Amino acid sequence: MGNSSARPPAPSGSGTGRARHLSRRSFVGYVMGGTGLVVAADLALGSAPAHALPIPSVPQVPEVYDLNDFLTHCALPTSQLIAIHVDEQGDAHFALPRMEVGQGITTSTSMLIADELDLPLDRVHVTLAPARPELLFNQLTGGSNTTISTYTPIRVAAAVARRALLEAAAIELGALVETLVVKGGTIFDSLGSSLTYGQAAALAAPPTTRQVRVSLKTAAEQKVVGTPQRRVDALDAVTGLKKYAMDLTEADVPGALPTMVCRAPDLNGTAREVRNRAAVLAMPGVTHVAVIPTGVAVRARTFGQCIDAVRALDVVWNAGSVPGRSAADIRKELRRAQLPLAVPKIGATTVEGDFVFHFRSGSALEPNCAVADVRDGGATIWGGLKSPVDAQSKVAKALGLPQRKVTVNVVQGGGSFGRKLFSDAAIEAAHASKAFGVPVKLMWHRADEPRQGRVHPMATSRVRATVLLGSVVTFEQRHTSVSTDFTHGLGERLTAEVAALPTGLANLGFSETIFLLSQELPYNFGVVTQLLNESNQDVDRFNTSSVRNIYSPDVRTANELIVDQLAARLKQDPVEFRRRHLKSRTVKRVLARAAELGEWGRPMPAGTAQGIAIHKEYKGATAVLVEIDCRPETVHRKVRDAVTGPRVTKAVVVVDCGLVVNPLGVEAQMMGGFSDGMAQALTYSNHLVDGHFLEASWDNSAYTRQWNTPFDFRCEVLESDRREPGGIGEAGVAASMAAVACAYARATGTMPTEFPINVHAPLHFEPKPFVPSVPASPVDGLDHVN
Amino acid sequence: MPQHTFQLNGETVTVDVEDDVRILWVLRDVLGVTGPKYGCGINVCKACTSHLNGKAFNPCSVRVQDVGPDDEITTIEGLADTVPGDGLHPMQEAWLEHDVAQCGYCQPGQIMAAVALVRRVREEDRAITEDDLDAIRNVCRCGTYSRIRQAIRTGADLMG
Ligand code: FES
Ligand code: FES
Repeated sequence: MGNSSARPPAPSGSGTGRARHLSRRSFVGYVMGGTGLVVAADLALGSAPAHALPIPSVPQVPEVYDLNDFLTHCALPTSQLIAIHVDEQGDAHFALPRMEVGQGITTSTSMLIADELDLPLDRVHVTLAPARPELLFNQLTGGSNTTISTYTPIRVAAAVARRALLEAAAIELGALVETLVVKGGTIFDSLGSSLTYGQAAALAAPPTTRQVRVSLKTAAEQKVVGTPQRRVDALDAVTGLKKYAMDLTEADVPGALPTMVCRAPDLNGTAREVRNRAAVLAMPGVTHVAVIPTGVAVRARTFGQCIDAVRALDVVWNAGSVPGRSAADIRKELRRAQLPLAVPKIGATTVEGDFVFHFRSGSALEPNCAVADVRDGGATIWGGLKSPVDAQSKVAKALGLPQRKVTVNVVQGGGSFGRKLFSDAAIEAAHASKAFGVPVKLMWHRADEPRQGRVHPMATSRVRATVLLGSVVTFEQRHTSVSTDFTHGLGERLTAEVAALPTGLANLGFSETIFLLSQELPYNFGVVTQLLNESNQDVDRFNTSSVRNIYSPDVRTANELIVDQLAARLKQDPVEFRRRHLKSRTVKRVLARAAELGEWGRPMPAGTAQGIAIHKEYKGATAVLVEIDCRPETVHRKVRDAVTGPRVTKAVVVVDCGLVVNPLGVEAQMMGGFSDGMAQALTYSNHLVDGHFLEASWDNSAYTRQWNTPFDFRCEVLESDRREPGGIGEAGVAASMAAVACAYARATGTMPTEFPINVHAPLHFEPKPFVPSVPASPVDGLDHVN
Repeated sequence: MPQHTFQLNGETVTVDVEDDVRILWVLRDVLGVTGPKYGCGINVCKACTSHLNGKAFNPCSVRVQDVGPDDEITTIEGLADTVPGDGLHPMQEAWLEHDVAQCGYCQPGQIMAAVALVRRVREEDRAITEDDLDAIRNVCRCGTYSRIRQAIRTGADLMG
């Protein structure tokens, strides 16, 4: 289905004299031959080819060509068909070649289809497509690119379906297509006779595939897009029916028993030998024990028994990848790797800052988990995977199987934040299933997540600006980072794409390319340079990933703190100073609205302050205003076993993200992005000490909790000038982190230079032992019933 | 293997499992009741929050031997049946109204904790305060905290 090798023609609508007069673009789609109504459109529709855009050879590339253009461009050469099926009930089905991890894309995709097809939202069923190797890079969920890259093709497919249904109905009803109207999935003619979509679908399938040209609804005709819609999976989520990989049961994959891995005390240490295999195998419930590349896997009837077995294992370990190293050592490395600033420091004219951003875990609440069944020369995997094609090739490689012998099924994920771009659990599960010869349901213990899981790389940022005669004449930033692992699903294709990019980008490494394409200083500050360097070129030392919003939160925080300093140096109000120097109208608008909504400049008691920051990325702009309370009685407030500290009491987020498909979903993403940004500024990090991370669970990792949450959170989604959607999944993080940092600086009269600000405070926890690698399961739960 | 009997979502269940297996795994791995989620296994994330005789408890930290035939365990799957009618529990309705869930993973635990909180303040004959909300320990890594606060207030009103 939907797998034609013919390349459909490029979208028309510009170019020919006739088309220029058409108010809307028309697109080509397909009605697939066979039984049942299946329609298809090319997934690359609506994306401008890269060479259509001018690429300046100077810095600040994102202004004209950004990471999203790059991701969309990468999808072009692999253009393949995506298909919508209309069943005999008249319901529409679509397998989205992207991954839902909470960002709401199944809801927004359903909305696009419902609108174009005139079908109620609850009759559109969006599932997640399994790995489709032919899609290559076009099946990667990242860079907040899903809606940007799929907006047009999905609507085209739905429009083709509608057209095919109407044509079939016209013949059946003996009417002209133009006289038919659709209401809630039923087609009516002018005499009141009707045909349901289900009846029409049975008549609509042609014997052979045919091309159809359709035009899309205009914004004025769209009834669902742009309206607030609750998530399509909300009912399942609140009734406990929503299934994640670890909820697959015996009925789904018979014999896939719980499996867990005993891991080394050192980061990335490996197992040399198990000294008590027989004794552990004899423990209650335990069925299998085997060494795998990342530790010792155990399989048992319940996860509780896996935990007991992991704790009982006596293992000889090899050293890890950073033996004996601590955060201070890594900081020295970063300093050594920092690229030099070009402009010298000139007395009172220089404003500068030197910032450190510590490691932080990218863990979602759902730990890494995958089901694997490796038998008879083949493998089947189930997992929450954002890059399933990559998972397929990595699993095949790990098992020594041809890629076509590996089937990868995508299950909804319990959060991702960059983590699920990698297939760590799927690969481990495959190894374990192969070693045991039986299916496994492998899950990470929470303790392993911050200690051995993917982290946001530690980074430093050096900023120097020069002020002359009342103007900012230079602004330089040197961002230096532990290498970020971008090896998920990009492989040769991506390398080829990078090399194919216009001059000036081709010879950069992939990290530098991502940095250059995503970072933009949106201010007129004279000569601006922003450069990235990485301290180590091996991605095997630390397990990193492009944790939500990649470089932007750190880069923006450093920028905006210096912007506040510059405003102070020039004796200007921070909002007014920003407004005067901002280049883009869109950013000015979000800034002005945030200042207005948040009552910028209102008098605040000593020890409390406002902070404001902006960010421009993902084809849109965000401004965040916060109020923070740093008075001792607040900082030291007591909540049992809680990391309290400064309290953000109010937050206002204003976003322009282009055409909005679902405003309720945009607000949700801004709220989540804010939680991340605030945690990264104030409380959330991983301490690297003596070759391993100390944090081992949610009592150690101080991610935002209710006691840190602002009493007043507001988000406003602006009506945009842009008619194309932007990205929202990550857009809220950077300005949030920066605004909290700026507010903290103002409230305390100091400029924070290390993040999170509590990183050097005495540890709020006693580090859990490293051997055994996981803590005991408590037995005192009945003492805490309330 | 020892047998253990308790009440689960209104029905009597008996399982063959070792005494010390924590109830979370009895529910999830033995009985296939997967609403209560694993997020830490040490009673700090609260993703597994369910009810024991109407109060919030964390099954990851209670052995199956510690409950008896008369103990009533309610998981998110059984919450709606604790109120009259065929619909959802008012707290679930409030969650839908505010479109709280993102990935949804923490939400069964959040809802069970919220219902227990409302019952608790009712017993103390008072309204929910900001301090009560601040003291909720459930982690939401998607950061839905503000909508959770709103939904709890709505749910409390709906619970009458
Ligand atoms: S799994 Fe029970 S509290 Fe975290
Ligand atoms: S909704 Fe994802 S963890 Fe709460």
